[in-house]
Amino acid sequence: MKELTCIICPRGCRLKIDDQMNVTGNSCPRGPKYAIAELTNPTRTITSSIRVTNRPYTLVSVKTDKPIPKDKMFDVMKEIDKLSIAAPTHIGQIVKENILGLDSNIIITKNID
Amino acid sequence: MKNIDLIIIGSGAAGMAAAIEAKKNGIDDILILEKDNCLGGILNQCIHNGFGLTEFKEELTGPEYLSRFVEQVKQLNIPYKLNAQVIDLSKDKIVTYSSKEDGLVSLKAKAIIMATGCYERTAGAIMLPGDRCSGIITAGTAQRYLNINGMMVGKRVVILGSGDIGLIMARRLTLEGAKVLCVSEIMPYSNGLNRNIQQCLVDFDIPLYLSRTVSKVVGKNRLEKVVLSAVDKNLQIIPGTEMEFECDTLILSVGLIPYISLLNYIDCPISSTKGAVVNQYMETMIDGIFTCGNCLHVHDVVDFVSDEARLAGRSAALYLNNMIKKNGKIALKPGNGLSYVLPQFILEDSLEDIIIKFRVRQPVTDQVVMVKSGDTVLIKVIKPVLIPSEMVMIKLSKEKLVDAKEEIVVSLEAR
Amino acid sequence: MNSKIYDVLIIGAGVTGTMIARELSKYCLDVAILDKNNDAGDASSSSNSAIIHSGYDPEPGTLKAKFNVLGNAKYPKLVEELDVPFNQCGSLTIAVEDEQLPILKELAERSKINGVEVKLLSKEEVIAMEPNINPEVKGALFAPTAGIIDPFNLVVHAMENAIDNGVTFLRSHEVLDIKKQDEIYLVKTNKGDLFSRIVINAAGVKSDKIAMMVEDIDWAITPRKGEYYVLDHYAEGLVNHTIFPLPSKKGKGVLVSMTTSGNYIVGPSSELADPDDLSTDSETLANIKKAATLMVPSIPFKETIRVFSGLRATCTRHDFIIEYAKSDNHFINVAGIESPGFVSSPAIAEYVVETLIRPLITLKSNTKYNPCIKKYHRMFYLSDEEKLNIIKENPEYGQMVCNCEHISLGEINDALSRSCPPVSIKGMKRRTRAGYGRCQGGFCQPRALLIMARHYGVSPKDIPLAEDGSYIIDHEVKEVE
Repeated sequence: MKELTCIICPRGCRLKIDDQMNVTGNSCPRGPKYAIAELTNPTRTITSSIRVTNRPYTLVSVKTDKPIPKDKMFDVMKEIDKLSIAAPTHIGQIVKENILGLDSNIIITKNID
Repeated sequence: MKNIDLIIIGSGAAGMAAAIEAKKNGIDDILILEKDNCLGGILNQCIHNGFGLTEFKEELTGPEYLSRFVEQVKQLNIPYKLNAQVIDLSKDKIVTYSSKEDGLVSLKAKAIIMATGCYERTAGAIMLPGDRCSGIITAGTAQRYLNINGMMVGKRVVILGSGDIGLIMARRLTLEGAKVLCVSEIMPYSNGLNRNIQQCLVDFDIPLYLSRTVSKVVGKNRLEKVVLSAVDKNLQIIPGTEMEFECDTLILSVGLIPYISLLNYIDCPISSTKGAVVNQYMETMIDGIFTCGNCLHVHDVVDFVSDEARLAGRSAALYLNNMIKKNGKIALKPGNGLSYVLPQFILEDSLEDIIIKFRVRQPVTDQVVMVKSGDTVLIKVIKPVLIPSEMVMIKLSKEKLVDAKEEIVVSLEAR
Repeated sequence: MNSKIYDVLIIGAGVTGTMIARELSKYCLDVAILDKNNDAGDASSSSNSAIIHSGYDPEPGTLKAKFNVLGNAKYPKLVEELDVPFNQCGSLTIAVEDEQLPILKELAERSKINGVEVKLLSKEEVIAMEPNINPEVKGALFAPTAGIIDPFNLVVHAMENAIDNGVTFLRSHEVLDIKKQDEIYLVKTNKGDLFSRIVINAAGVKSDKIAMMVEDIDWAITPRKGEYYVLDHYAEGLVNHTIFPLPSKKGKGVLVSMTTSGNYIVGPSSELADPDDLSTDSETLANIKKAATLMVPSIPFKETIRVFSGLRATCTRHDFIIEYAKSDNHFINVAGIESPGFVSSPAIAEYVVETLIRPLITLKSNTKYNPCIKKYHRMFYLSDEEKLNIIKENPEYGQMVCNCEHISLGEINDALSRSCPPVSIKGMKRRTRAGYGRCQGGFCQPRALLIMARHYGVSPKDIPLAEDGSYIIDHEVKEVE
């Protein structure tokens, strides 16, 4: 039996998973899905920011458009640190495709005029 | 002096949602006043995700969430002023703002919605014991430095307070290369969302110490050391329980307080939430001045801010159409187990069902939320788990108000 | 190496040193004033009760009594010249027990000897003047000439005025040793050697250390720490005067007062401390709370926005020391300037220059001396019409930087353009009040920091919170080549 805190929504349900991968304690169907993924292949969405080259002391926020394996978080951060962009920026703009071959793109999450 | 139907002060999650809703309810003469150089307020620096699950049924970052509202503001042609700081407000609803472009401008509004957000409790407010060195900074300010300006406030960090901003900053600083040594919480439970404890602390092996607080900060010019001590059930420090952490930064996430200087100018009655006393329309005790969002009470989730703001926007439209009737009113009071309840009073002639919002004082399980007027039970809701960090909402249908002959009390009873 | 020889070198840019520098700038002299800190008035001069005492309390015949009364009389003109917020609100020293009434009478007698106007008030009179006072009050001594001042503005503006009139201000200069050779003092500092004909020791809590570099002394500074609360400014009308308890051996006791900015200040404690100890602790603050609520029961401590502490330069001689060194009259000690030091400082400065320095050196009037500084615009306190006119002239005064105190970009830039500009966030706060409100700079500090970094053409890492080394920004992330 394992216990997990669901991170899918602010409710943060306390999930219990038995050896047969039966999940209890969830309030919605997303709970079991998360629990099984967390135990087999845990993933996280990375949110960070990159420099705006033509604005002093300004960053623009970015994220991975798909969750990446949890153990690759710091590797992805290292790659994000290498990126920069010139304003204007728009939400959804791809800054880096298929980061580290993880099938996830780094996309802009903020509009800067 | 120029007249305007509705002035909205603040363009964060609350201000924009209120403006959009007022516009959709037929109010055209609106002006949003924003002190910063862009719309969106504090969401601009909340670059993490987790927003919008209720509002848009998808998980968004703060800037993405706010952009959905900015698009609507622009589509609906709702006028707004940036870099416009409101510096004065009068009871007869004259709003004075100052800006580089316009100078000093006074406007006479028929209705006002205050959506000025909140500010962070500071080292001074909690009387942090010890030296006056640099390296002690509130979580939101550290967040702004990092996420907006690209500046890190330190390398080795202790966080005091397990509120959500503190937790979010623990992860942010860790991902950006800092070593977060621990999070210390004076209460025996965390004030942050469970998911944030998991994905911001547990994911990065950052310890969370409960019932522990900072008993001393040490540093000549820059912070050098933080001493944590255990506290007893009266929150008093227990000598001999010191833990020392060599660090250059102490992040404070020790509470948010509604930012309502303007309401203080006009002697608007204030409640225990430190926001204004309101009725079910989110109208303050000052006729035609409405309030919503974190300047009314600090919310746990931004989606609920937007929802509350829509009620304020809709109500302002009702008010401008003379549809709010102020015949009798019933007080609403927090009873056993509650730290506060909103609204503080209900106008009897209600046009809408009433959303009662409250928070509990401490974590409890197996409770019945009782909404009673005298001996009459208006609502009874079973809640398996209630925690102080979660805002609870229950609906009181307007028809039920007929049964409320005296003040309404919301309280918890063990099941 | 800088081999310039100053006529007078002042060690310590607190209120005493700065006032002496300004007084000296009336004459054609080469004057320098140094401080180990990076700003003027950074130590005890900015961490005190900010009271311009009337002078009823010091023992008659002491230097404290003499300079307090002389100094108090100078303030109305001084604050005009230096554009400093000042309010002669008067003080009430209250008795809360019948046994204390005779002591009030003694104080009234003492006031008469000191030449201070006072009035004994009945219980009813006190309650009429201060509705929030402890209803058990038995009577009070009213001193109408007492006042409250912005202590930061006073020192910084006096320094600005001194610099405008030709004085050199050397920041972040710590004195390591002093030697006299060929009639000239060599003052060794961490930033190099300085030379001067006359040296004035106004080094506050460190003045005994400085004096001992020249000769053996028969006095010492035993610093006493005072801790304070500062409350937000919406408890309007809590008190209308400065409220004192009866004085004791330890000092004037815990007072409750408004400040010139409409905040309230409660404190100080009085405990022996190390000369570098500016910490606060919960126990002392709890004791202050207890003492203060005895006088004003309804103080809203929930509205505390800040706690701080300051050090009194208490001297073993229990009076001010304003005299030549025993071995040489070209070294002047101005030491032990604890309360009522702030109020006394302009009178002390005059005495030092006219009585102690005049016999040593030719004092020729500086014909360009101007006692006034250019007025500051404090937007928060102006009428709408005044604000409009200023913004019309310079739109930067319309753009707010500090949301709580409504401090404009114009005010920030004005402070930076003066002859004694701030080099730290604290320096900016003390000059403009940006960051002094309920959010304590949470919103405006990042803005102020960037404005200052841009102004000085340095990295944000180089703008400290207060002293050198108190950096706010550790490093920048994701720097682009």
